Amino acid sequence: MRLTHILPLVLFAVVALALGIGLTLNPRIIPSALIDKPIPEFTLPPVDGRPNGLAASDLRTGEVAIVNIFASWCGPCRVEHPLLMEIARSGEVPVHGINYKDLPRNAVAWLKQYGDPYQRVGSDRDGHVSIDWGVYGVPETFVIDREGRIAYKHVGPIMRDDLDNKILKKVRELQGK
Amino acid sequence: MMLTVCRAWLLAVAAAFLFLTIPSVSQAVPVDEPLADPALEARARALHKQIRCLVCQNQSIDDSNADLARDLRIVVRQRISLGGSDEEVLNYLVDRYGDWVLLNPPLNIRTLALWLGPVVLLLLGGTFAVVVIRQQRSTQGVKPEPLSEAEQARLSALLDNDRDAL
Repeated sequence: MRLTHILPLVLFAVVALALGIGLTLNPRIIPSALIDKPIPEFTLPPVDGRPNGLAASDLRTGEVAIVNIFASWCGPCRVEHPLLMEIARSGEVPVHGINYKDLPRNAVAWLKQYGDPYQRVGSDRDGHVSIDWGVYGVPETFVIDREGRIAYKHVGPIMRDDLDNKILKKVRELQGK
Repeated sequence: MMLTVCRAWLLAVAAAFLFLTIPSVSQAVPVDEPLADPALEARARALHKQIRCLVCQNQSIDDSNADLARDLRIVVRQRISLGGSDEEVLNYLVDRYGDWVLLNPPLNIRTLALWLGPVVLLLLGGTFAVVVIRQQRSTQGVKPEPLSEAEQARLSALLDNDRDAL
């Protein structure tokens, strides 16, 4: 068979493959530009009615940490919440929160109802600190390494598989266990 | 006397009202409003049109009603009014959200296929078309064999039949 006869078929296969890959990607997941970059400089006050705000210096203590962006109005946050509670109970790694564009009283009531896994929670009322973190939706979860760099980012609710095989795996790797 | 008390009351109420309606600086919640300086606002709007709304994806933050788009508009305006250049503002966002935040992707190693793909496909298709057309042309010049006597007779018979039918 001559090349000119098979060429359209080859071209079709290439285009079909490219479209096949392109159309099955999840467009909601945007690759993070901040992996391996230092965390942004920020200081957030505590949520009214709760101690301990969150600042960049709290994440540069030489300890691996998890930072979770959440809001009481966010449905998927409730889905992942029991897993955050589980991490907090295990004491394996500190979990901190950034309360995204939320009313303090709603946030406090939410944490009272579903449990409070956070050591520190910064209140980001206008969402600008979260933009500094490259957040584009809630929930998002970051793993911070010992040097205060963003080592991993998870977008959307944490599922069992994400926790065991991605987030905690990364944490243990960074802790050198 | 009664009148002066009344007036004092009125003044006090008016003062309280004014005080309450003027937003205090410490509590200022940023608003999505045009900048006072038209030149700065024009630059902000031009930038808004170049920035992708990350939750609605194929709209610019200028077009979108999404909450995040609104916040990003505010961030752009803040940075412009603080004296940031257009490039600095875009770089701030690209550092956080990647090239993807730009509706007009820059030309770099990772976007090479995006920019050069159409040209490469056009060249491939064009080459293919040229090859095929050339091949057809080269067979066009060859004259067919003349009809044999038997074929010529059959052709005449068929043509006669058609004429009779008419």
